[in-house]
Amino acid sequence: MKPRQQRMLAVGLAALGIAIAAGLTLRAFQDNMMFFVEVSDVAAGKYPKERNFRIGGLVVGGSVQRDEGSIDIRFEVTDTACTVPVTYSGVLPDLFREGQGVVAHGRMGEDKVFAADKIMAKHDEDYMAPEVADSLSKHQQDIQQAVAKGAVECGTSDS
Amino acid sequence: MIPEIGQFALILALALAVCQTIIPLVGAHRGDAAMMAVGRTAATGHFLFVAVSFACLTYAFLVSDFSVLYVANHSQLALPTLYKVSAVWGAHEGSLLLWILILAAWTLAVARFSSGLPVAFAARVIGVLGFLSIGFLLFALLTSNPFDRLVPAPADGGDLNPLLQDPGLAIHPPLLYVGYVGFSVAFAFAIAAMISGDLDQKWARWTRPWTTVAWMFLTLGIALGSWWAYYELGWGGWWFWDAVENASFMPWLIGTALIHSLAVTEKRGLFKSWTLLLAITAFSLSLLGTFLVRSGIIVSVHAFATDPTRGFFILSFLAIVVIGALVLYAWRAPALDSDVGFSPLSRETFLLLNNVLLVVATALVLIGTLAPLVVEMMSGGKISIGPPWFNVAFLVPMLPLVILLGMGMHTAWRTQNADAWWRVLRIPAIAAIVLGVIIPLLFYGRVSLMLVVGCGAAAWIVISALIQPVRSLLRQKGTAGITRSALGMSVAHLGMGLFVIGVTIVSAFGVESDQALQPGESIEVAGFEFHLVGLSNVQGPNFSAIEAEIEIRDDGKLVDTIRPQKRQYLVQKSWMTEAGIRAGLDKDLFVALGDQLGQNSWSVRIQYKPLIRFIWLGALVMAIGGLIAISDRRYRAGSRAAEAPA
Repeated sequence: MKPRQQRMLAVGLAALGIAIAAGLTLRAFQDNMMFFVEVSDVAAGKYPKERNFRIGGLVVGGSVQRDEGSIDIRFEVTDTACTVPVTYSGVLPDLFREGQGVVAHGRMGEDKVFAADKIMAKHDEDYMAPEVADSLSKHQQDIQQAVAKGAVECGTSDS
Repeated sequence: MIPEIGQFALILALALAVCQTIIPLVGAHRGDAAMMAVGRTAATGHFLFVAVSFACLTYAFLVSDFSVLYVANHSQLALPTLYKVSAVWGAHEGSLLLWILILAAWTLAVARFSSGLPVAFAARVIGVLGFLSIGFLLFALLTSNPFDRLVPAPADGGDLNPLLQDPGLAIHPPLLYVGYVGFSVAFAFAIAAMISGDLDQKWARWTRPWTTVAWMFLTLGIALGSWWAYYELGWGGWWFWDAVENASFMPWLIGTALIHSLAVTEKRGLFKSWTLLLAITAFSLSLLGTFLVRSGIIVSVHAFATDPTRGFFILSFLAIVVIGALVLYAWRAPALDSDVGFSPLSRETFLLLNNVLLVVATALVLIGTLAPLVVEMMSGGKISIGPPWFNVAFLVPMLPLVILLGMGMHTAWRTQNADAWWRVLRIPAIAAIVLGVIIPLLFYGRVSLMLVVGCGAAAWIVISALIQPVRSLLRQKGTAGITRSALGMSVAHLGMGLFVIGVTIVSAFGVESDQALQPGESIEVAGFEFHLVGLSNVQGPNFSAIEAEIEIRDDGKLVDTIRPQKRQYLVQKSWMTEAGIRAGLDKDLFVALGDQLGQNSWSVRIQYKPLIRFIWLGALVMAIGGLIAISDRRYRAGSRAAEAPA
């Protein structure tokens, strides 16, 4: 092959590869993109229906319930304005604790309970996922109070 | 006093780095031998002062000098000595100092082993490396000084993040950085070649061993990180497509492409400008990784604490390096192209395809990693891209890559006779398909299209990698055997084959199960019986733990007893899971303790992971292949000196 043909071949192959990659990316992106939805929006019914999304906030103190000897767990997550009940079945991450930040993957059920298939808590005590920190700072509520009591004035603050 | 010496040494290192950059580059431009000679001396001094600085910080950790803020935040009196040392690079400031030390060490190595290179070329390489050092030294001194004082000093420190208190993670960052930073040498070689406007096959021969060594370390570093995530995070996977994992994986992919492209440039004098571009890209992606990890811009389990000034500094430095290099490239590279051709069926074609596919794979990983950032900037929505997307997208370029790999190894340079080619490959091809069906069916009792493709591809790579070494073994003494270079290639590809079979089998047959378990109870997972004998309390140096004793039985026969722990570290009060693993080449049996579910019952995560060890074993074999390849005779100093132009 002459150098020019080589270059053409290289360019052609690269273009083909990138075209396939781009097509594939766009198609599969649709299915795998998971939006982060704030707890207040979830409470107001503004969330993607029948697909997975993420929620995040603080675990409300005293809200963690489990049946003796079962791996099913139920707790509430708050952004200091609203709360959403969450259910999960499985082993929780080490840093999952009442009053701490948490991110959950899953979808809303008919019963308005968020069924999580994955729970993430950060490895670092001081670190909070940026989206959770963001969501909390929008609602200028007293975090201590919110964690202790759950929802404070859900619905009045529209974000 | 010692920390001040450390800081002072760092400032002196910066001064020397400035000398190391300017004097040799100007000297090379003017043809002034005395000025060019300054480069080596300055590089040696630069390394010494950085080493002193690093030693001072290490000393501060060893004697628990909590008047140093960084030490106070990341160490503690009761921390075992090994982790006091590894705590030096346990967070941002210290790991940056480690990065600087490794860059200085690479520079010193280039200065020491460059006697065979033309003087002006070596001077330019050292100058470019000096420039990179200036950037990182300024970064450390201006935004991330590890020697900042804390007054008054606390009585005890805040402890090292318990996750990092693990031997695997103690050596993971150094290995990874040696790899990351090592690509700076290939980058400097590329820049030096573009400045001088002179790039021949000798250039590729000089660049190859350096690139291969960096690639080896990066391979080991990534594999070690993956292994650590597997047993320490307890999520049961070995790769999560986390942004920071991707940040280390992208330079690896491009580095792999670079190694192959350099082979073409060395053997045939082709792909020159492409090779340059890859050398620039590999290092730029290393810098991008640094930016992603240290700016806090991306959500990741590995992210360091956020500081906008740091992110801004690295982004600016990244922009200077990348734009500078690309401008130079646009100006100089077109003049370097050569006029030799090759036929469609030739090794050149396969290596070209290898490069295209690896670049596409890198682009996909990059898209997936940066998409959340781009979407957030454009629409404000916060999204994340799940591992399923990466798994599928990545497979698209990888499948053709592994199949072409086996063909390319047995294709001659320039042009290959199609009949002869087919004669070599037909039996391995048939054997691979047969094995692709037999392996899953015989050992795991199930077969599917993806399993046949995965196992067949793995068998195909392994067989075609073994053809050459086996032939050379069977050959009679006295005739020419296989070169180290070719043997290295075969071994590295063999590692790739082992990796592919590991990934295929563990993805298809791995079992994960979360269950509740009480002492005296048993549960069955993947045909094995897990029996919880009891729980007890144990004390570690800086933690207390609850330890479970679990017996694993297969058909009533005791396989092993494992003891997973739930540790509470005393200073940070944080809980950590220490999984119990029965490791074997054929399978891992894994139990991690979850939470106490009531009086006596615990949640446990039980996993059966067949052939998962092949994933890391494959990476290790790949790195060994690299080691064999660089031991090839033609890279040795003597022969290099003999061939270097006067």
